[in-house]
Amino acid sequence: MENYSVYVPRLVTKRENFAPGHRACIGCGEALAVRLACKALGQKTIIVTATGCIEIISSQLPYTSWRVPWIHTLFENTAAVASGIESGLKILMKKGRIAQQEITVVAMAGDGGTSDIGIQALSGALERGHNFLYLCFDNEAYMNTGIQRSSATPFGASTTTSPAGKVSIGQVTWKKNMPAIAAAHNIPYVATACPSYPIDLMAKVEKGAATPGPAYVHILSVCPTGWRCATDLTIRIGRLAVETGIFPLYEVENGKYRLNFDFPKLRPVTDYMKLQGRFRHLSEDVINKIQQRVSAEYAELKEKASEGKG
Amino acid sequence: MAKRVGIEVSLAIAEAAKLARADVVAAYPITPQTHIVEHLAKLVADGEMDTQYIPVESEHSAMSACLGASAAGARTFTATAGQGLELMHEVMYVASSMQLPVVMTVVNRALSAPLSVWGDHSDVMAVRDTGWIQIFAENGQETVDNVLCAFRIGEDRRVLLPVMIHLDGFYLSHVIEPVLFPEQSQVDKFIPPYQHPMPLHPDRPVTMGAFGPPIIYAETKKAQEVNLEASKEVILQCWDEFGKTFKRYYSPVESYHSEKAKVLLLTMGSFGETAMTAIDKMRGEGREVGLIRLRLWRPFPFKEIRQAVKNAEALIVLDRALSFGGPGGPVCSEIKAALYGEDKKPKVIGFVGGLGGRDITPAGFEEIINRGIEISQKGSENEFEIFGVRE
Amino acid sequence: MTKPEGELTWRDLEIGSIVTEAGNASQYQTGDWRSERPIFDNNKCIKCGLCYIFCPEGCIGQNAEGYFDADLFYCKGCGICARECWPKAISMVPEEE
Ligand SMILES: Cc1ncc(C[n+]2csc(CCOP(=O)(O)OP(=O)(O)O)c2C)c(N)n1
Ligand code: SF4
Ligand code: SF4
Ligand code: SF4
Ligand SMILES: [Mg+2]
Repeated sequence: MENYSVYVPRLVTKRENFAPGHRACIGCGEALAVRLACKALGQKTIIVTATGCIEIISSQLPYTSWRVPWIHTLFENTAAVASGIESGLKILMKKGRIAQQEITVVAMAGDGGTSDIGIQALSGALERGHNFLYLCFDNEAYMNTGIQRSSATPFGASTTTSPAGKVSIGQVTWKKNMPAIAAAHNIPYVATACPSYPIDLMAKVEKGAATPGPAYVHILSVCPTGWRCATDLTIRIGRLAVETGIFPLYEVENGKYRLNFDFPKLRPVTDYMKLQGRFRHLSEDVINKIQQRVSAEYAELKEKASEGKG
Repeated sequence: MAKRVGIEVSLAIAEAAKLARADVVAAYPITPQTHIVEHLAKLVADGEMDTQYIPVESEHSAMSACLGASAAGARTFTATAGQGLELMHEVMYVASSMQLPVVMTVVNRALSAPLSVWGDHSDVMAVRDTGWIQIFAENGQETVDNVLCAFRIGEDRRVLLPVMIHLDGFYLSHVIEPVLFPEQSQVDKFIPPYQHPMPLHPDRPVTMGAFGPPIIYAETKKAQEVNLEASKEVILQCWDEFGKTFKRYYSPVESYHSEKAKVLLLTMGSFGETAMTAIDKMRGEGREVGLIRLRLWRPFPFKEIRQAVKNAEALIVLDRALSFGGPGGPVCSEIKAALYGEDKKPKVIGFVGGLGGRDITPAGFEEIINRGIEISQKGSENEFEIFGVRE
Repeated sequence: MTKPEGELTWRDLEIGSIVTEAGNASQYQTGDWRSERPIFDNNKCIKCGLCYIFCPEGCIGQNAEGYFDADLFYCKGCGICARECWPKAISMVPEEE
């Protein structure tokens, strides 16, 4: 737990830019992550959202949960739409057709909308250097369409298109390292976050928004429906993802890595996995394999962070 | 004073977008559209055009960036062709349903496979039902004029719809033609700055692109259909106003010696000009033939088409695209549908030709007309014929 | 108030089906999804606000005395607040029919 969390209400704005009455499942970590991000972003923001859970649960005609200007068009083009908005605002301000002011353009998409179908548009927008913030809400599968695997689904997880079966352990590929891909574009700011660490999450969203040029924040978002876990465990599971080293919280600022929460001793991955139905079928062998990989990757990240480079 | 210059039509299109003061251009190169976007990039690089040029990584992103820019309130322009148009396909529906008046020139190109960079209307027909206003231009002047009109029509508060200006690849896009460019001040008067009534802006937080459950989806589509139909009136007004200002006149269906002709040929796009040569020759020989050129493809000008062909005995329609396994050419099916309920109507005979850049000469058009007349008298086993194909 | 979707005609829709009333989803009741409700024991509450920050619905508010409570119009009964309240001031009780 963050040490300063005791005084959370004093630090956090009361205003909810993501209104209640949204239709996310009970205990949805993604909805919480969006709510917190919207708090951090404030009202001088324009949000573009990809097709996926966030869009569906927040914008059913004639209702909207959004209290900031918001647009959804398609699944895979979020970063491209954001580039258009950013360019549009820039020229309209230059030509004096709208008042000169800071408006943060934010793109929001799921892990599928980011690391699979939307990766081309994202890569293009990062490379072109648009001044925008991209938030990936990673619930580790295509949840909106019914828990199909994505390239962000972790090894061993059972999904509806990587089902565990007599001859399969479920997902047989390792999670794509999307923050590293974003960082490889040499953009000024990349970070990972999780709503179990709300103050950290909000600080990173704020920092990303204030960064001139592209910024990318990858937010692990627990999905009780898809992960098959109890709805009250959303925060705990997110915390365990961090404490086991499965999802470390770090920043890459101008290429320099910094680990935000380090643990002298990581908790075993089973602490995290045993609470989730999607891993329930895994044998000890497979879990050991996962443990080894997590430990090795964590050590690698720590190394990068201690060298202060990428 | 307006000035006349000899210019490649592609470059003229870029100059038209400049005259229209497009705020944002997002485009991806594809033959035969490349000269348009290269020239736009150059105009921006030279400071001659005050525009954000977004060199996107695909056509899908080109159209997506156009959506974003247009929703933010910027005048937005792009151009594409063939495969590029197909890659945009999904995004185009969004532009029309969300009422974002993007203007796009489409340099018509055949579709793969086999790969072909040359012109036909396969690309157009695949996006027929995307809800855009679609206008065909036959020469450089028409293209420039209609690009200007496209901004005025699309951005009209009563319309707010995206507009495509079609021109044939190479035959039109790459030729040098004399083009009369209006003065900047005239254009500024003709196309006032774009004002989206509710753009994305923190001053007034709106939600665009909300999800439509069954209880409301049909209402959104009805509104869209009514709107596209109603745009015809604004298109006619715009062409009228354009004619008054610039003395060049456009209409949804253009007729050439058609009033008393027993046999009519109907074309869409740059074939119209060659067909006229054939018509002139045949009329010189005393044949009662005429030509109909379809300019407005969407919204479809039912009334004008019925009026234009009602006295003819045979109407020969030349399509530049195939509807595989279907009735042949898409234009021909549309014409047949428009005439079906009429008491007095010509026999409609369908041809498909000019596929993948295959030229049709004036003699070829004569052949088509003669064969069409033969079919109208003797009938044919086929729904349509592909002209000039080697058996 | 927004006209319910079943009464909207195509003429009622804004251009491009834009929703102009920001945040009008707050008219939509999600509280009836709930099978359990949180009960706050103010004697145990230390007013830390963790429950407020972690609620996915954003439906926990602070009253004049600084204590927290859930707006049952929205509360879906996930139990996150109860789980995360470390002084154990919140308990989940079954909703009665
Ligand atoms: C081009 C296209 N392909 C597929 C879909 C179907 N689809 C909609 S949302 C979605 C999955 C979304 O997954 P993700 O991006 O991870 O977001 P989540 O719903 O998990 O938050 C899919 C496959 C679509 N809408 N468009
Ligand atoms: S499926 Fe998962 S991410 Fe989607 S709304 Fe439900 S809990 Fe949230
Ligand atoms: S988390 Fe518990 S102790 Fe803290 S404010 Fe909420 S009810 Fe009170
Ligand atoms: S039970 Fe869940 S929804 Fe209800 S107040 Fe607590 S955290 Fe919010
Ligand atoms: Mg997902």
